Amino acid sequence: MSTINCDLLIVGGGAAGLRAATAAVEVEPGLDIAVVSKVYPMRSHTVSAEGGAAAVLREDDNLDLHCFDTIRGSDYLADQDAVELFVNTCANELIQLEHWGCPWSRDPDGRISVRAFGGMSVKRTLFAADKTGFHMLHSLFQYSLRHASIRRFDEWFVSSLLIEDGKCVGVTSLDLHTGEMHSILAKSVLLCSGGCGRVFPFTTNGNIKTGDGMAMAYRAGAPLKDMEFVQYHPTGLPGTGILITEASRGEGGYLRNNEGDRFLQNYIPGKMELGPRDILSRAIIKEMEAGRAYGEGHGGHVHLDLTHLGEKLIDEKLPFVRELVVKYVGIDPVVEPIPVRPVVHYMMGGVSTDLNGKTPIPGLFASGEVACVTINGSNRLGSNSLTECLVFGGFSGAAAAQHALEEGAGTSSAAETLAADEINRIQKNFLTKEGGTESISGLRTEMNLTMEEGCGVYRTKEGLEKTTQTLAELRERFQNVAIEDRSSVFNTELMSALELDFMLDVARCLAVSALAREESRGAQSRIDFPERDDENFLHHHLVYASEEGPRLEKQPVTITRWPPQERKY
Amino acid sequence: MSEITITVTRYDPEKDSQPYEQSYSVPYREEMVVLDAINHIKDHIDGTLSFRWSCRMGVCGSCGMTVNGVPKLTCAVFLKDYYPNEIKVAPLANFPIIRDLVIDMSDFMDKLQEVKPWMIRDEEKPVSEGEHLQSPDQLAQFRQFSMCINCMLCYAACPVYGNDSSFIGPAAIALAHRYDMDSRDQGQDQRRPIIGSHEGIWECTFVGECSEVCPKHVDPAAAIQRSKVQLTKDYMLSMIWPWGKS
Repeated sequence: MSTINCDLLIVGGGAAGLRAATAAVEVEPGLDIAVVSKVYPMRSHTVSAEGGAAAVLREDDNLDLHCFDTIRGSDYLADQDAVELFVNTCANELIQLEHWGCPWSRDPDGRISVRAFGGMSVKRTLFAADKTGFHMLHSLFQYSLRHASIRRFDEWFVSSLLIEDGKCVGVTSLDLHTGEMHSILAKSVLLCSGGCGRVFPFTTNGNIKTGDGMAMAYRAGAPLKDMEFVQYHPTGLPGTGILITEASRGEGGYLRNNEGDRFLQNYIPGKMELGPRDILSRAIIKEMEAGRAYGEGHGGHVHLDLTHLGEKLIDEKLPFVRELVVKYVGIDPVVEPIPVRPVVHYMMGGVSTDLNGKTPIPGLFASGEVACVTINGSNRLGSNSLTECLVFGGFSGAAAAQHALEEGAGTSSAAETLAADEINRIQKNFLTKEGGTESISGLRTEMNLTMEEGCGVYRTKEGLEKTTQTLAELRERFQNVAIEDRSSVFNTELMSALELDFMLDVARCLAVSALAREESRGAQSRIDFPERDDENFLHHHLVYASEEGPRLEKQPVTITRWPPQERKY
Repeated sequence: MSEITITVTRYDPEKDSQPYEQSYSVPYREEMVVLDAINHIKDHIDGTLSFRWSCRMGVCGSCGMTVNGVPKLTCAVFLKDYYPNEIKVAPLANFPIIRDLVIDMSDFMDKLQEVKPWMIRDEEKPVSEGEHLQSPDQLAQFRQFSMCINCMLCYAACPVYGNDSSFIGPAAIALAHRYDMDSRDQGQDQRRPIIGSHEGIWECTFVGECSEVCPKHVDPAAAIQRSKVQLTKDYMLSMIWPWGKS
């Protein structure tokens, strides 16, 4: 095992991580910055985001309106100081990215175009056709290549945080290419490792979204915040769960049930297809329950109708949608409606941070989907997340860099012992263990099923209790997991086991938080508590690790200028 | 239950002196892609099979492999196009194998960096002054070359790269071209010596296989040929008019 030293260590190379790296360079060009990612940065899940990134750019828009839309969208659980800071910073970040090369779609006069998006009062969503995340990520990544002070550790799997005297001093990381474990010591560690959609069976998320950073922070003693809030995107392809962007509705698409009706007129007539995601997903589920949908099980769906938009508009604004539907459904959306259904997409919750991405653990920061500042509260508006990665990636990168500058070049005596402990843990529990009886995929499937049953769009006390119980049992059974692959070089089975280990922790935090929240708000719908209850639940849940399992605390919501009111559209 | 035979290349550098093939019988369903079959092997039959994948929707570029001799994104190719025949899945050609279906892509990453794939401006505009204006037509000049997902199928298909890995290669040259054609960029002079070098565009013999296999229709072959025309024009102009910039 070797020890590597750096000033600032960033875990994850997606939009937040890369933006943080560039922000750190701006603070101090001489800083030694390490970006450690279990995949090459171009594979980060940012790449699959499609619809767009929001900012107040146009004359018909204003900052307070973007704040209000976001806060109302969050069902009044967003921290309003964070929202104001976010909204004030969006435009600068997206213009800066344009300067760095991002190929935003344009109006005839050469200005960056904006489109309509769910829950937004005016058109303020910038886009790069319908591959916005792809273009943002590649632009950021290519821009990052010009800075020699950003050292990359590609395909290095971070397995734990090193905590000494209550401070975060680095990480342990497995070099997948050789199987060697290393400790990477840093003055600041910034988690930008994304969300955990893969705890569910049906998700837009790629294979890598396994909640690694959330679990590591939790195990190190940092609280996870608002974990109960899971965003179901209304329009995923049945079977695969592949994302069909909200932009298809932003550009004028309709949702129809099996009677051909635009059924949203019975749920959210004020916004119709441009309502917020939680309301739309619930509406589709209700239509399915009423027998007004097609298919069944994971194949059950309604129709997303783009046929009235015309081939020219679709090819110009939604070409990737057309490509995906032709390929994976075998129909052409220019002439036929697309089958769509709600699919797990985004975690509003995550590692609790302040406005600069600082966690309560000195030296540990977080930003992007892994973090919860929160601007999204109980429901996120589409196109706020891509901008959020830039805004808080920028703030957290600068703050982590500043912390690294102020932190003396301390020696870490315990780090070697801690790292050795981690190597032993992996050797003992996985690589040299004999007689494991549980399969990784079997346990993972059981976790997926219980999460879908208990933590779906509609939840009940009984369902949540059953799920928390099942997760505790799966945690026990995981001790018996069987690893066939004992080799050192590119052992992806070991990585899957470590990821499942993380997911079991994160899933439990999610279920426990959902059980404790006896109200319906935003993305959480309790059949047994169908109303929002500001008197008892206008607060965040913080989950801490303890000997007895997840321990909950409350954190008040920061309210500045928008007193909670009824969420009306 | 219908089944299909998947034969994959195996190689563990700690145990094997060279790669070998191993066959598995996998349940067949019409909607399955090759990646689904490989995941089935790993999840239910043989956990030791290593491969890269993530998005399963053709945008992350991880899952490129050789399928029956042709470089493909395994998330985008359906079993039904081969069923009931056996499907052979091998690592991408022209790259060293790390393990099983995982290739060493460090040369590719170096090549990407080499061509200076970033916005180069003589003077930076302050963010407070807003965006650089760019018309839809100007965007159209380079948009297709910006669509590369870095999947390396083009390098696997290129016989020149296969013969001589010093060739900068299709994707890297297409990326250089993307920036050269972007109306906001002023870095053509800096990229010219790189792509016009001994290992650059002049190595290309216009076989065109790169564009054939590209899953995103980037058409790197076109980027290379256009660069050849552009550099030739620049050279001619510099002969006739050595004082000025073209």
